[in-house]
Amino acid sequence: MPVPLSLTVNGKKVSADVDSRTLLVDYLRNDLGLTGTHVGCDTGQCGACTVHLDGNAIKACTILAAQAQGGTVLTIEGLAAADGTMHPMQAAFKECHGLQCGFCTPGMVMSAIDLVNRHPKASEQTIREELEGNLCRCTGYHNIVKAVQLGASTMGK
Amino acid sequence: MGAADQGLVGASVRRKEDYRFLTGAGQYTDDVNPPNHTHAYFLRSPHAHAKIRKIDTAKAKTLPGVVAIFTGADLEGVNGLPCGWLITGTDGKPMNEPPHPVLAQGKVRHVGDQVALVIAETPDQAKDGAEAIVVDYETLPAVVNCVDALKAGAPQIHDGAPGNKCYTWALGDKAAVDAAFAKADHVAKLDIVNNRLIPNAIEPRAAVASYSRADDSYTLYVSNQNPHVERLLMTAFVLGLPEHKVRVIAPDVGGGFGSKIYLYAEETAMVWASKRVNRPIKWACERSESFLSDAHGRDHVTHVELACTKDGKFLAMRVHTIAAMGAYLSTFASCIPTILYATLLAGQYTTPVIYAEVTASFTNTAPVDAYRGAGRPEATYVVERIVHQAALDLGIAQDEIRRRNFIRTFPYQTPVALVYDTGNYDQTLDEAMKMANVKEFPARKAEAGKRGKLRGIGYASYIEACGIAPSNIAGALGARAGLFEAGEVRVHPTGSVTVFTGSHSHGQGHETTFAQVVAGRLGIPFENVDIVHGDTGRVPFGMGTYGSRSLAVGGTAIVKALDKIVAKGKKIAAHLLEAAETDIEFKDGKFSVAGTDRSKTFGEIALTAYVPHNYPLDKLEPGLNEMAFYDPTNFTFPAGTHICEVEIDPETGVVEVASFSACDDFGNIINPMIVEGQVHGGLTQGIGQALLENCVYDKETGQLLTGSYMDYAMPRADDVPSFKVGTKVTPCTHNPLGAKGCGEAGAIGAPAALMNAVHDALASSGVKYLDMPASPHRVWSAIQSAKQ
Amino acid sequence: MYAFELTRAKTVADAAAALAKSGGKALAGGQSLVGAMKLRLAQPGTLVDLSGIAELKGIRKDGDALVIGAMTRHAEVAVSSEVKSAIPVLAALAQGIGDRQVRNMGTLGGSIAHNDPAADWPAAVLGLGATVITNKRKIAADDFFKGMYETALAADEVMTAVSFPVPKKAAYIKFPNPASRFALVGVFVAQTANGVRVAVTGAAPSAFRSKPLEDALGKSFTADAAKAVKVDSKGLNADLHGSPEYRAHLIAVLASRAVTAAG
Repeated sequence: MPVPLSLTVNGKKVSADVDSRTLLVDYLRNDLGLTGTHVGCDTGQCGACTVHLDGNAIKACTILAAQAQGGTVLTIEGLAAADGTMHPMQAAFKECHGLQCGFCTPGMVMSAIDLVNRHPKASEQTIREELEGNLCRCTGYHNIVKAVQLGASTMGK
Repeated sequence: MGAADQGLVGASVRRKEDYRFLTGAGQYTDDVNPPNHTHAYFLRSPHAHAKIRKIDTAKAKTLPGVVAIFTGADLEGVNGLPCGWLITGTDGKPMNEPPHPVLAQGKVRHVGDQVALVIAETPDQAKDGAEAIVVDYETLPAVVNCVDALKAGAPQIHDGAPGNKCYTWALGDKAAVDAAFAKADHVAKLDIVNNRLIPNAIEPRAAVASYSRADDSYTLYVSNQNPHVERLLMTAFVLGLPEHKVRVIAPDVGGGFGSKIYLYAEETAMVWASKRVNRPIKWACERSESFLSDAHGRDHVTHVELACTKDGKFLAMRVHTIAAMGAYLSTFASCIPTILYATLLAGQYTTPVIYAEVTASFTNTAPVDAYRGAGRPEATYVVERIVHQAALDLGIAQDEIRRRNFIRTFPYQTPVALVYDTGNYDQTLDEAMKMANVKEFPARKAEAGKRGKLRGIGYASYIEACGIAPSNIAGALGARAGLFEAGEVRVHPTGSVTVFTGSHSHGQGHETTFAQVVAGRLGIPFENVDIVHGDTGRVPFGMGTYGSRSLAVGGTAIVKALDKIVAKGKKIAAHLLEAAETDIEFKDGKFSVAGTDRSKTFGEIALTAYVPHNYPLDKLEPGLNEMAFYDPTNFTFPAGTHICEVEIDPETGVVEVASFSACDDFGNIINPMIVEGQVHGGLTQGIGQALLENCVYDKETGQLLTGSYMDYAMPRADDVPSFKVGTKVTPCTHNPLGAKGCGEAGAIGAPAALMNAVHDALASSGVKYLDMPASPHRVWSAIQSAKQ
Repeated sequence: MYAFELTRAKTVADAAAALAKSGGKALAGGQSLVGAMKLRLAQPGTLVDLSGIAELKGIRKDGDALVIGAMTRHAEVAVSSEVKSAIPVLAALAQGIGDRQVRNMGTLGGSIAHNDPAADWPAAVLGLGATVITNKRKIAADDFFKGMYETALAADEVMTAVSFPVPKKAAYIKFPNPASRFALVGVFVAQTANGVRVAVTGAAPSAFRSKPLEDALGKSFTADAAKAVKVDSKGLNADLHGSPEYRAHLIAVLASRAVTAAG
């Protein structure tokens, strides 16, 4: 069944009629061409699809696009400045080699920003616990933790 | 700029590839959307073993949006998927090689076996179409355990493999081993299970297949580690298509770990079907589907015996292993428990004689093939666990027993075929012990004891053979492919450089490390070097990335091409500088006449090559573009020691990794940051195997019980600590980079280090033996059993 | 997933009527329901979206009880100063549900209406002797959880809030399944106005109260008293991650740790 959808994505108002069963991740990837948000599993556990909805990190694969109706969505593509300068957390991941294949990375970065918003001075233990919803198979998390710590310090929180 | 950049080699240069990954601009296969594309969905067997009596697709074909449905019966003229390594058995006969059909032919042999390809306008319509296909199965009993599969009366999986045996193969001198055992003071023994794993790269497999009627050509985007191999196998061996009319592109790939080496049925069927429907076909494997259909790893059952003197000197080792192949032979499956396994059973030790016998069996499970380490984690686990046991039996300290047996003279011919070129095992053991602060372990153990916890420490001194491989040796051992690598260096008129490499980067950072090598050798800015990989339409034929081969083999191919560039540059410079070629030196990006200050920059030489006015055209072609194919003369032998410390809560069985120290010798290191990252990732996968991961099929029904992340425990950030990693360097003696490779080492050493630590911790509870994974339930149960 | 109609309800009455008319399911945070629909394990013909109903939100103190609206997200409970001052164990429990992304969407009402055998909220509802408030009636915790994925809610009944009586002391210890991180076993221990309550999740088809532990702790509210109880393994879940015996053992161990944590 088609449902009318209107929301703000990366600062831009968008609207469409979508099939009610359209997941938010499919709307972002297929309808808006924002392929930076990735699908890594089908049980809502890997976190590769993490985006922000109304300022909170959520898994775009486990909500219907319709559940974001009227909301504000921020994806990985919306983080850098208009001139391409990376967000402090993106820069921190590069500086600390917190990514290898890059597939979990958009979700990891979006999750990390939300983590720091909630825990500005998170300890290593807290960071590791708070990344429970983001799987990485490449990095062993060691440098991701460092990146989150660096991002926290440079995000001015 | 050039001189400064020569300091790049050995520097932790930040990666070129990161910007696109961090800004969501990576292009992974599922991001590719050709116009007018369709979606594929594979109908898979719900049974572990069954005959197919009938497939009725009539109703399914009429559903809205369904474009076409194909089954095995439609695939006329399509061969089975090939195995790339022929193992010859102890009876002198070739291994049993039953057919591996692209879509099931008359029978299904594991849950998830491909039965039909449904093509529709949307993914949901393709799924609806699949659900409407009626398959009449006659179910058969199934066998999922590699040992049970060989027993009399086990269900027969393939007509061409009686008793479900693929081969029995052996390596070593059995008579000499038996003689040595007869004289030994002590024989340590263990029965070991190397648990089955699912690689689980975070990007599931995906493919987009397009056919162009205009020029009868195909383009395949596929999440793969070796596009040329993929193309060759698919066109020449399976589909009978002209190789040059098929372009295979492995764009950004989200992790491979071996699971994306193989030629799989899905992309093969899609390429075939793309011509028939004359529209692009897109497929993205769902994760639970991936659990059923990706090649799995490990799955060995081993009995090992180590004969020693009472002083712990190793006299001989004998190993008997049964290894699962799964339902069908995957591309490299046969060589994993043989060539890549038994040849490492000497470890770092001077054990004079070794005999290994390996039987590979078919089981009603997903095919098994290489997964990070591919045979070497299995070998290291066997060796380091039996060495740990021998030390316990003889009352010798863990580090001491290793020292008493270390190889110290190189090159060293092992009794299991390989010749180690160089190494220093004392160095890495000493350093690891310092990093792990072994000295103060007793105090930490006592303190933990006061809190009711059990602390243990475990060692793994591993070695591996990688940088695969010398083609003639590989061929003699049964490889059906060469294992060289290709590198092409294209210098542009304005002096920038594009390098085409047959290696593939799916996380390893080659765009950065290879650029470091090139910029360093040519004395040009790092920013002026671009690395291109993953496209058969642009890159010369390479064998791809696996087996920690990219720097050692791919990097060397590039170095040899660079040597040709510099050699030609010298000729051009000699002409421009009116000097003899032998008087021209190349250093820091400048060609100069020896003993003078007359020189030309690399950029000036490049421009001259493409604007050849003042140029020896009678003797030299214009242009500056060279390539090399490099076939290595030996394997490389990274080695090191890993030390793991665990703390166990006996009330719950929870094992915490308190610390993990790794000191590795990878030869010369181009980018320490990237090397450490590879170690961190490998260690985490190794810890995953030892503590968390286990792929389990139901013994009766053959159903996959660990079918998703709900039941298959992937390591998360709070499952592992921050690691202590360090390196020592003994440069590889047979490649110009002196590089050994580093991608798999973590996964190779970690399981043994962790399990030796667990055994150490549990010793006081009376637990003598525990298999992986040391999950809380299994640890607690072992403690309870030991009490009785 | 299969196709479905989507209705957005503006009031509780709307929602109840839509559920009655369509025979469909209520959509709260969707973290369980959307997940099941993606795998084609659930196929409701209609979803009634509750997220727009203001009446279902909010946390407030009501005498000796804390009333949490059914659509309150776990993340909101975890940081709520109201919850932390009245019944801090609920904030800690909510903080341990799923992961941060799941907590930002998942709701109290959605969790207990779904009644996953390993969910955390049912242990708290049962452990505190809470009351589930719907558009039709009030249901005592002891009457609410019927079996695996089964509750006392009628198909057209809309849960509006849960009223948690403030305990004297309480704690919840969750032992996570290493794979799913759901509770392999979770034990909620409380000293309430009506005596000691011990609720267990993850160990059986549905959350249940452990009479042996309640009796032992009623006599002596100490960690040792809990550890000494031999919990019966009969009827407990058996799977790859734990035998019934292991779960039975963990119940006693976690109960004793909860007693210590309760202070």
